[in-house]
Amino acid sequence: MNLKLKIWRQKNANDKGAFESYDVSDVSPDMSFLEMLDVLNEDLSRDGKDPVHFDHDCREGICGMCSLYINGKPHGPKDAVTTCQLHMRSFKDGDIIVIEPWRASAFPVHKDLVVDRSSFDRIIQAGGYVNVNTGGVPDANEIAIPKTIADQAMDAAQCIGCGACVAACKNASAMLFTAAKVSQLALLPQGQTERHTRVERMVAQMEEEGFGNCTNTGACSAVCPKEIGQEHIARLNREYIGAKAASDNV
Amino acid sequence: MSWFTQSISGTIGKKLLMSLTGLFLILFLVIHLAGNLQLLAGDGGKAFNIYAYNMAHNPLIKFVSYGNFFFILVHIIDGIILTRQNKSARKVKYAVSTNDSKSSWASKNMALLGIIILVFIIAHLAGFWYKFKNGSLADVVYDGVTYPNGYEVVSFAFSQPLYAGFYVICMVFLGFHLSHGFSSAFQTLGLNHKKYTPFIKKLGVLYSILVAAGFAIIPIVMYLKG
Repeated sequence: MNLKLKIWRQKNANDKGAFESYDVSDVSPDMSFLEMLDVLNEDLSRDGKDPVHFDHDCREGICGMCSLYINGKPHGPKDAVTTCQLHMRSFKDGDIIVIEPWRASAFPVHKDLVVDRSSFDRIIQAGGYVNVNTGGVPDANEIAIPKTIADQAMDAAQCIGCGACVAACKNASAMLFTAAKVSQLALLPQGQTERHTRVERMVAQMEEEGFGNCTNTGACSAVCPKEIGQEHIARLNREYIGAKAASDNV
Repeated sequence: MSWFTQSISGTIGKKLLMSLTGLFLILFLVIHLAGNLQLLAGDGGKAFNIYAYNMAHNPLIKFVSYGNFFFILVHIIDGIILTRQNKSARKVKYAVSTNDSKSSWASKNMALLGIIILVFIIAHLAGFWYKFKNGSLADVVYDGVTYPNGYEVVSFAFSQPLYAGFYVICMVFLGFHLSHGFSSAFQTLGLNHKKYTPFIKKLGVLYSILVAAGFAIIPIVMYLKG
């Protein structure tokens, strides 16, 4: 396959940035999208040019590092996959592919396609954890958890924190991410100790980072590589309202 | 800031205000429509005029109407604040964007639809509400009792094709605004469950169509009747 790429190039956070066009030839349909970019970068390096910077790590769809807004959609045209799991067979010979970084005030561009997602880390640090006692390992299944609850918690726990929800949302809202993290812990017995404080702090941090407000368009769930649903945002709203009404944090 | 003002000024709190005021206005529209449909009673406006007089002289209705104006104001101001924040959350736009094709058009354009409805409300208040309130209506006598003839004003307004057309088009936009607002209000309240959410979504669509069509049919029928 021969492709034409239009890639956002930006030297640093202060640079204005612009699109640049590149031709890549002899792309195998079995390559992943990131491998295709590796090939482009090898060509650029050989020519003494600055390779295109992009985030990646596990390349197995589980780490949440890869991003890329491909042809107007986070993680490209396929549903429920990350960019690293997207294969070139999803494109046609001669296609023009536009690649942009995530766009959100809370995700400033570092360089080219790399954005700073540490705002997500700060939301987690604000309350996305549970306190546990040290000591002996507890018996498995010591605490009974109904299967349906365990399933819902697992659904929420699938969130890899890639930020596609923010990238897709017209308001750059981080509600789905925060909802997944709050949901996962609120559902389980182990998460009850910090339940009220967690949701209050995580939502407050989310506001401080400058994400937009949720308008329930559902665009986030539609692009989420882990298919996290809108019911988790409703649960976040419930948790928040409940905490504001009942928590001891005046 | 007290815990309460801090709660309602946050991102979820502001959405909660949108949701609750929106749900109140959703109820208000049903009552308003039920009253308006009497314009089509075919009795030369008798039912409508008596109804309008009774509504204007009922202290409870008066009290609720102040609440109604207040909630409309909160809905507008809150909506402006939310929209401004949402715009500043993405300062650099995408060159290509197709990801939101699964979201309804209305859900992505609530602010625009809201502005259109606001323009309509202003025109509506100036054209009808103000005339009903400032004592300029002609009198009409039914069974020996004198009533202000509001029907005459409405009937004249809807005999103008431009005004009737403007009214009908605005009702289409209102329908779209409601089609997202109805189910969205429940989601914001945290009411999302596989048991009832499919029902709320269907009810929201049905409600939006019925309310928009109900309001729109009045000028159409009155225009056609002349």
